Amino acid sequence: MDKRELICIGCPLGCSLEVDIEHNNVVKVSGNQCKRGIDYAMKECTNPTRIITTTLEVIGGKDEMVAVKTDKDIPKDKIFDCIRVLKNIKVKAPIKIGEIIYKNILNTGANIVATSNVYVYGDS
Amino acid sequence: MNALGNQMFDKLSKELDFPFKRTGSLVVCFSIDEIEILNRLLKQGEENGIEGLRIINKDELKKMEPNLSDDVAAALYAPTAGIVCPYEMTIALAENAVENGVEFKFNTLVMDVKKVSDGFEIKTSEGKIHTRMVINAAGIFADNINNMVSRNNIEIIPRKGEYCLFDKSLGGVISRTIFQIPTKMGKGVLVTPTVDGNLLIGPTALNILDKEDVTTTNEGLEYALNMGKRTLRELPMDKIISSFAGLRAHPVNNDFIIGEAEDAKGFINAAGIESPGLSAAPAIAKTIEDIVVNKIKPNIREDYNPIRKGIPKFREMSNEERENLIKNNPAFGKIVCRCEMITEGEVIDSIKRPLGASTLDGVKRRTRSGMGRCQGGFCTSRIVDILARELNIPITDVTKFGGESRLLTNKNKDGIE
Amino acid sequence: MMEVDVLVIGGGPAGLAAALSVKEEGINNILIIEREDKLGGILNQCIHNGFGLHIFKEELTGPEYAQRFIDRIEENKIPYKLNTMVININKEKIVTAVNSVDGVLEIKAKSIILAMGCRERPRGAINIPGSRCAGIYSAGTAQKFVNIKGYMPGKEVVILGSGDIGLIMARRMTLEGAKVKCVIELMPYSTGLKRNIVQCLDDFNIPLKFSHTVVNIKGKERLQGVTIAKVDENRKPIIGTEEFIPCDTLLLSVGLIPENELTKCAGIKLSKVTSGPEVNESMETEADGIFACGNVLHVHDLVDYVTMESIKAGKSAAEYIKGSRIKNKKAIVVNAQCGVRYTVPQYINPENVKDNIDIRFRVSNLYRDSYICVYFDERLEIKIKKRILTPGEMETVTIRKDVFSKYPQCKNITIKVEGDLNG
Repeated sequence: MDKRELICIGCPLGCSLEVDIEHNNVVKVSGNQCKRGIDYAMKECTNPTRIITTTLEVIGGKDEMVAVKTDKDIPKDKIFDCIRVLKNIKVKAPIKIGEIIYKNILNTGANIVATSNVYVYGDS
Repeated sequence: MNALGNQMFDKLSKELDFPFKRTGSLVVCFSIDEIEILNRLLKQGEENGIEGLRIINKDELKKMEPNLSDDVAAALYAPTAGIVCPYEMTIALAENAVENGVEFKFNTLVMDVKKVSDGFEIKTSEGKIHTRMVINAAGIFADNINNMVSRNNIEIIPRKGEYCLFDKSLGGVISRTIFQIPTKMGKGVLVTPTVDGNLLIGPTALNILDKEDVTTTNEGLEYALNMGKRTLRELPMDKIISSFAGLRAHPVNNDFIIGEAEDAKGFINAAGIESPGLSAAPAIAKTIEDIVVNKIKPNIREDYNPIRKGIPKFREMSNEERENLIKNNPAFGKIVCRCEMITEGEVIDSIKRPLGASTLDGVKRRTRSGMGRCQGGFCTSRIVDILARELNIPITDVTKFGGESRLLTNKNKDGIE
Repeated sequence: MMEVDVLVIGGGPAGLAAALSVKEEGINNILIIEREDKLGGILNQCIHNGFGLHIFKEELTGPEYAQRFIDRIEENKIPYKLNTMVININKEKIVTAVNSVDGVLEIKAKSIILAMGCRERPRGAINIPGSRCAGIYSAGTAQKFVNIKGYMPGKEVVILGSGDIGLIMARRMTLEGAKVKCVIELMPYSTGLKRNIVQCLDDFNIPLKFSHTVVNIKGKERLQGVTIAKVDENRKPIIGTEEFIPCDTLLLSVGLIPENELTKCAGIKLSKVTSGPEVNESMETEADGIFACGNVLHVHDLVDYVTMESIKAGKSAAEYIKGSRIKNKKAIVVNAQCGVRYTVPQYINPENVKDNIDIRFRVSNLYRDSYICVYFDERLEIKIKKRILTPGEMETVTIRKDVFSKYPQCKNITIKVEGDLNG
């Protein structure tokens, strides 16, 4: 049996987790203060994933940039591929929080959604 | 020169609208034995024509400056001493020169100065200039310039001085400039309020080789702070907001080099102007003016304008004055630098006026934006925006102080392959 | 002169939550003053996720978290003024503010909520010697350039300080195409959240060097590199351990300072430890009717806690207006001792405690397997086991109202960190 020590990134509390692994399966998680800890430990030991946040250029907006994120976590090893896809994407204002900017990025099932409102330049 | 220059500051600061305050100065000593030295300085000062000098005993000193260290034994008081903002004064002089027809060439390196029959030929990185007379005010490089044309070689040694600047909440700790007894390396580390209300400690004095080395050092800053701690009862280190270094032009012969070169008539030096060069500057200028006028005998200009109006200072105004200013120009209602209360109107003025700012530091020295306790943390991005907009340049071309001192390198994700 | 019941200075997370809470208590004459051109404060540039798990039970980014409050401000028609800077507060609670449209405004407020946030410590505060070339930024300034303007302050980056903004910026700069060479931390532990070390540094193989500092900065025009060195237990650089790292950018994440210049204008003294005003259980400062919440009071790691604290400040301000708050001059003093740096609040009037009260604090060092102990005068009342306590993470103890009734004569509550007393 393997033991792995992790820090849960499920929330800013950052619980120190101890994970028991047997034949590539998580058999026990301790140190967590909520269920997120178990989910995180399971994933991190088998298929680590992350939410990606970045900004994209806006056309005709009050703001120069719009903040975006993946609406669910994507495999950790696809982070840079994801950024590469987004490299030359520009978004036209107006943009509402939650609006899908890019569907099913890299077939991960995750959409890129806006996380900030951007109004049209000149509007109040 | 020092005493003479000092007297000229009241008029000059009024005409050119730069801050100058006669706050007085104290040279302090730390033991009774040293009072003898103060007496000697007193005599020397009186011989130089400095008025109102007197020795202050410990009791009176405590009343004048209650935050001085308990170890201070006595002081020499000079009520006429004053403080000035050195860069604001220089900028004011330069702007007024432009107003009166002086042309400035920046980013122009002097490569050679040759005496020709009717004057001088100056070879520069930007082409040749022909002139009847040359005034050499090249600071630490004045020796290089002099030695291009005169066989009477001079040597200027760069003498580094490091300073620590403290938050305005300490500006009131002392109300006068406090010197310690001078050494052979100069007047030593002083502690002074600045005209803008900060507390300043420095300079150190170290002869160096590199004429462009204005880096601060751990040893230098520590030394300055230790000397400051000797003068003051308390010095809270968490109130330091910035530190910096500059180079004084120390002449090897230990005296100002002012006047015409004997073997190059028409070439006038104002070289080796180390401390108290700033106080002496107006008097030095008068001396040089006399030489030039004597030689060229120009007509008096009827339209000469000695008056320069500075950038409006929102922070120093009454609310009524502020109200009027904003009514005339709404940009003065938008505060861009919160620590120093500098408005967008002031920043735009600093860019648009004669010899206007074209860099972040240029705006900073003209307006004080970025000089406060957050040191540009909040206003840098706003000033960069205003500079790009007013100068009509891409944001990536905005620099801190010209050359390659770019503030932003590229757009997001440009570095992603 | 304009007159309001409650004036909120600052439209960031603290000010917005406080204003909403005032409104919910039935007070309508409110005004929020914000110096930026939109509400939301620093959250607008914190585009990363991790906000809101306590308040909304879901993970949001900074702008999303802010927008939830902004939407409610709009729904409730709470007035606010943008691009407006408060330049003075006097003891009569007359506030002077400036903007381009109104010019100079004077507002008489019955109650004021201070929610001005904090600022970053600059390079000068740590007095790093060397050149003053371009390429040195505080992490928050860089964050604004990257996240709001879309421009990069550099390509090869060293970050000094493992504060959260520094860690977050290590990831942001990496994702936007820069090479982050390392993060340097003076202390032997991180001052940021553990999870940020995992997801911002470890994920991208960015080394974190503890007990190191920057001892020199090289570069004539643009930064060319920094010299780092190991430090001894007194945090002094050890000679011979210097290492030069070429880079064009140095980001400083060396601490945040509550921004209290206006607080001082109002004659309110600041705590030497937090740099913020001292408050009681109602978030009221020593000045009658002036409340404070959020980072102006003490620097938080979690915005959720800012929100909770601000709701309380808003509620108290409303009660102050309604005259329903109990005034008591004999407040219990909350003392921070033995490893506890400070507490907020610093005073408690038990009469004003509703069901329970949260006391938030930070420890001064790294502690393992220790206890947080709460004493009512000499009596140990609460003892909580902690596997780890670090200065980078704010701690909370909750005291139930009924505990106060056990100690009607109590004058002092003392919070301490204690070792494993019973083995």
